Amino acid sequence: MRTETLAEAQTTSPATPSQIATPRPRQGRILRRVVLYVALSVLALPFVVPTIWMVASSFKPLDQIFAAPPSIFTATPTWDAYVEAFGFQPFARQYGNSVYIAVVVTLIALLVSSLAGYAFARIRFPGQNALFLVVLVGLLVPGEVTIVPLFQMFKSVGLINTHWPLILVTALAAPCVLATFIMRQFFIALPVELEEAARLDGLGRLAIWWQICLPLAKPALSAVAILTFLASWNLYLEPTVYLTSPDLFTLPQALTRYTDAYGGEMWNTQLAAATMTVVPVLVVFLIAQRQFVEGLAHSGLKG
Amino acid sequence: MTMTVSSTMPREASPDASRGVGGPGPVRRRAKRFWTMRRRDAAAGYLFIAPQLAGVLLFVLIPVGLAIVYSLNKWNIFTGQLSFVGGSNYAALAADPQLPSVLGATAVFSLGVVVLNIALGLGLAVMLNRRFRGVTFFRTLFFSPVVISVVAWTLVWGFLLQDNGGINAVLAQIGIHGPNWLQDGSTAMGAVIVTQVIRSVGVNMVLFLSALQGVPSELYEAARIDGAGSRTIFTRITLPLISPTLLLTGIITIVGALQAFAQIAVLTEGGPALSTTVLVYYVFQQAFTFNNIGYGSTLALMLLTFVMLLTVLQWQLRRRWVFYEN
Repeated sequence: MRTETLAEAQTTSPATPSQIATPRPRQGRILRRVVLYVALSVLALPFVVPTIWMVASSFKPLDQIFAAPPSIFTATPTWDAYVEAFGFQPFARQYGNSVYIAVVVTLIALLVSSLAGYAFARIRFPGQNALFLVVLVGLLVPGEVTIVPLFQMFKSVGLINTHWPLILVTALAAPCVLATFIMRQFFIALPVELEEAARLDGLGRLAIWWQICLPLAKPALSAVAILTFLASWNLYLEPTVYLTSPDLFTLPQALTRYTDAYGGEMWNTQLAAATMTVVPVLVVFLIAQRQFVEGLAHSGLKG
Repeated sequence: MTMTVSSTMPREASPDASRGVGGPGPVRRRAKRFWTMRRRDAAAGYLFIAPQLAGVLLFVLIPVGLAIVYSLNKWNIFTGQLSFVGGSNYAALAADPQLPSVLGATAVFSLGVVVLNIALGLGLAVMLNRRFRGVTFFRTLFFSPVVISVVAWTLVWGFLLQDNGGINAVLAQIGIHGPNWLQDGSTAMGAVIVTQVIRSVGVNMVLFLSALQGVPSELYEAARIDGAGSRTIFTRITLPLISPTLLLTGIITIVGALQAFAQIAVLTEGGPALSTTVLVYYVFQQAFTFNNIGYGSTLALMLLTFVMLLTVLQWQLRRRWVFYEN
């Protein structure tokens, strides 16, 4: 305790009012710490328990799912729900759909947004302001507003029940516009001297963007990659509207289809599928949480 | 946002410069060769932004234009024919007996989400804006639902909120008979709001944390010396200084709430009765369930108007608050 207090006293990080408080008796301090820990732990319950409950319940036999009194863990764990999840609908294929769509969308968005962000930040051309504002409108208009006309547009070119609408709209509209904005802000803040030297050496804009600016933009690129990947991974309205064949479904859409012949939910199967959807992303988040937090905070993102 | 844009582009004074922006010179050099450095640069600029611009045109601006067209027409789904009906879809807004309830639900949902989200986000940020063992662990915990897919998160909450689900089972242990949260008109909206707030409050927490860390510590010290208590310091120094962030996150959160579709679709499907049918869900129902393309587009434009008004409000207020921002 004492060393920790010392570390605190030496820290230069911004302090909260309570820290600047004139030294209090040590006991009061410990008590306040305990209260803080208890309060935070209680508050954390609704954030953590649902996920744990989901994972635990996915291993329960169906008759224990709603057991009373409730218990999180079961004495007789089973893989049945996981087997059922793959047997009930082409879940492996749907998983693959979500992964490949998110990867393709992310790659396209990285390319498109870093090019546009670089141009808006660094190159001077007539109409630049006006065009940037036009692009920003893409952030302003929710996808829920444009979905009706977009459906008709894609229908008229025969792309309903394909992955094209999901890929094109996500890779070029809202999430990508946000990415362009983030990239532009990043390139504006980048010192211009590096580029000037390269220009004197006769490098073209494309070479400068690729060889000099992109390697420096890794933090912004990783933020953009995370945001775009999650945006694509989480899409629900769009696949619901565009896709009708189970073989083409994406994960969020597939999760809602685990219902029996009477329309009742197949809870343990659904929870097993949800677990398989959530856990990989959570693990990646725990490994790369700094990038996640910075990326999402960058955008002040929707909820 | 807009202000930064204009400051990066000085207006050209020379009359001939409308084609070649950027300092003096293009007039004389043009005689020698067409592809001056400046022109090549501008061409590169246009090419670089072309894919993004095309995307916005095709997938945002044209659809909005089409939505306006649809809203002025009646759509025959059997023949695929549009017939012009003028303002009758707009008149239908006033006559729609369900719309008042839908707008009411939208207001309750958005305000409920924003109030709870800001209060909880700020509370968590204040508690976690200090150094103690495990602070990073707790920050990670509170942030983690943000990365969980909306549908998966909502499914799990839907599971826990069943009449015989986990939450009521826990309540029964302490002798409380919980309601059937999602089927009861008086609790469904609250359940949807809480589900949404818990999932997304992490983003606001992080934004508030960085705002709190931006408050100069000298101000706290000065206030301390003047004998101010913790509460006074919070209301007189912390709150005013982070008010731009409060406002920004408030509006972003409302705009996000106005777009919450999956939460409603998965948890309650707008029910019971119309109690959780918010505008986004109503648009979806009208356009895709009832095939009312014209009326659905009119409702979608109404949603767009709300979002745009809020965004303009945010820009206006930010400009007024620029003193705090730098």
